[in-house]
Amino acid sequence: MPASGISPISPIHSASPLVEEFLQQLTNGLAVGGIYALIALGYTMVYGVLKLINFAHGDLFTYGAYLGLTLLTSLALTDRLGFALGVLVLVLMVMGLVAVLGAILERAAYRPLRESPRLSAVVSALGASIFLQNTLMLIYGARFQVYPDDILPTATLNVLGLYVPLMRVLIVLASVGMMVALYLFIQKTRIGAAIRAAAIDQGAARLMGIDVNRVILLVFLLGPALGGVAGLMVGLYYGQVNFTMGWVYGMKAFTAAILGGIGNIPGAMVGGLLLGVIEALGAAYVSIAWKDAIAFVVLILILIVRPTGLLGERVADKI
Amino acid sequence: MLLEVEDLHVRYGNVEALHGINLQVRQGEIVTILGANGAGKTTTLHAISGLLRPAQGEIRFESRPIHKLPAHRLVGMGIAQAPEGRRIFGTLTVRENLDLGAFTRTDQVQVAETLQWIYQLFPVLAQRREQLAGTLSGGEQQMLAIGRALMARPRVLLLDEPSLGLAPLLVKTIFQTLWEINEAGVTIVLVEQNARAALKLAHRGYVMEVGRIVLEDRADALLANPEVRNAYLGGQAAGE
Repeated sequence: MPASGISPISPIHSASPLVEEFLQQLTNGLAVGGIYALIALGYTMVYGVLKLINFAHGDLFTYGAYLGLTLLTSLALTDRLGFALGVLVLVLMVMGLVAVLGAILERAAYRPLRESPRLSAVVSALGASIFLQNTLMLIYGARFQVYPDDILPTATLNVLGLYVPLMRVLIVLASVGMMVALYLFIQKTRIGAAIRAAAIDQGAARLMGIDVNRVILLVFLLGPALGGVAGLMVGLYYGQVNFTMGWVYGMKAFTAAILGGIGNIPGAMVGGLLLGVIEALGAAYVSIAWKDAIAFVVLILILIVRPTGLLGERVADKI
Repeated sequence: MLLEVEDLHVRYGNVEALHGINLQVRQGEIVTILGANGAGKTTTLHAISGLLRPAQGEIRFESRPIHKLPAHRLVGMGIAQAPEGRRIFGTLTVRENLDLGAFTRTDQVQVAETLQWIYQLFPVLAQRREQLAGTLSGGEQQMLAIGRALMARPRVLLLDEPSLGLAPLLVKTIFQTLWEINEAGVTIVLVEQNARAALKLAHRGYVMEVGRIVLEDRADALLANPEVRNAYLGGQAAGE
């Protein structure tokens, strides 16, 4: 084995280039999957409470990417605060701003149609999506925007002998961390229980003294906050953003939400990570040209084989 | 007067479902509302709970008008409902359902006491506390729906068809518990199709027909009333 001399300290690296290749694709898949999962949570939470697919959610994700870019360059946060603190402040700012956008979207596009037929809200969602996308294009132009590469760390991290880009590691850790935090919030707190109750039966939730309008508002703050961070992550990971990127990422994340079982919060997490990994491995071992097709083949398969998704509908209610 | 409904009209779109209902409920009473399907019993309870807005008329609770308040505000004021069809949160545990019943309460110590009281009223809920509510039997779900409403520690408990779909023996158990709940000081408004069981439990009763109250009397008088016997008690007016 002539290659074994290159890196004597790393057992994986020296094991075989095939294993290394696989692990690189796997970690890449986890990073992309984490991003999908964060977006998917927004779809699934809104669907859970309102039984509505918020088609403008993908565009809120794009706003996260653009706001991140603008804040990063105009405030020079990483210069002033250092990389770690700068990025943390950036993340919080993007979350807050996109959350506010989400709340405005709910007020403007959905609340007036709360009592209308479902289709009206869907049309309103599509309209909001077009509006948000075009507003962004008018402000920034239609060309790709580039995240400044001198700000981004290009360092790689040695994880058990595997050399992984630092940004990838950060994205996986941050997305998993946020998912765990959201899961605990939903499962362990009083407000989380109110969200779950409103998702099951709004009328019964109101009889418990839950203000369902506030639950809906909260869902439109949380989902877009996570979606906005996902946009920022894509900007930091790939270095470039485009005003239409929300469409493809939105569809992938929507697929992830269906894969996990739409309306199911852990389902969106599992579905996102799984889809990211499937896609990354598919692109590496089948064909890169089929990358997007693979995601939608997964969607079609899940709709045929298990329409409720992997974690959808655990127990049927007795009548 | 604890709860007063005056000239209540409720509309679903262009269709008027209630044409001027008057009801009075005194502190400590059990009042039953009887009537066939579609008479407007559930609509009346939903209007009291704030789930429906009256088109006309007033609802007062402890002399305060409440018909313009949103549903979630009324729970904290002391009006709780165990709705028709139970509407428990099936994918949550029994314990989570009960905790949600106390959503508006902040007095954690007393909430724990209420929980113990409910476990004492319905011991099966204590046994099944970690189970998903959707896996309970119909009777257990009804107990959960009542227990969940009681977790708000209401002044008045609105019950919509608690006997629906339950075996006679179970109905007896639940009605016995309702009596205990009332003895503990909770005023009860009971909507029922099982008129016999309801009238045996209640102090007073109202009979509704197509959106109107057609009869109002003490429960024992309604039990003896030939018209009521014919229409709601299986027509055994002559016998027994």
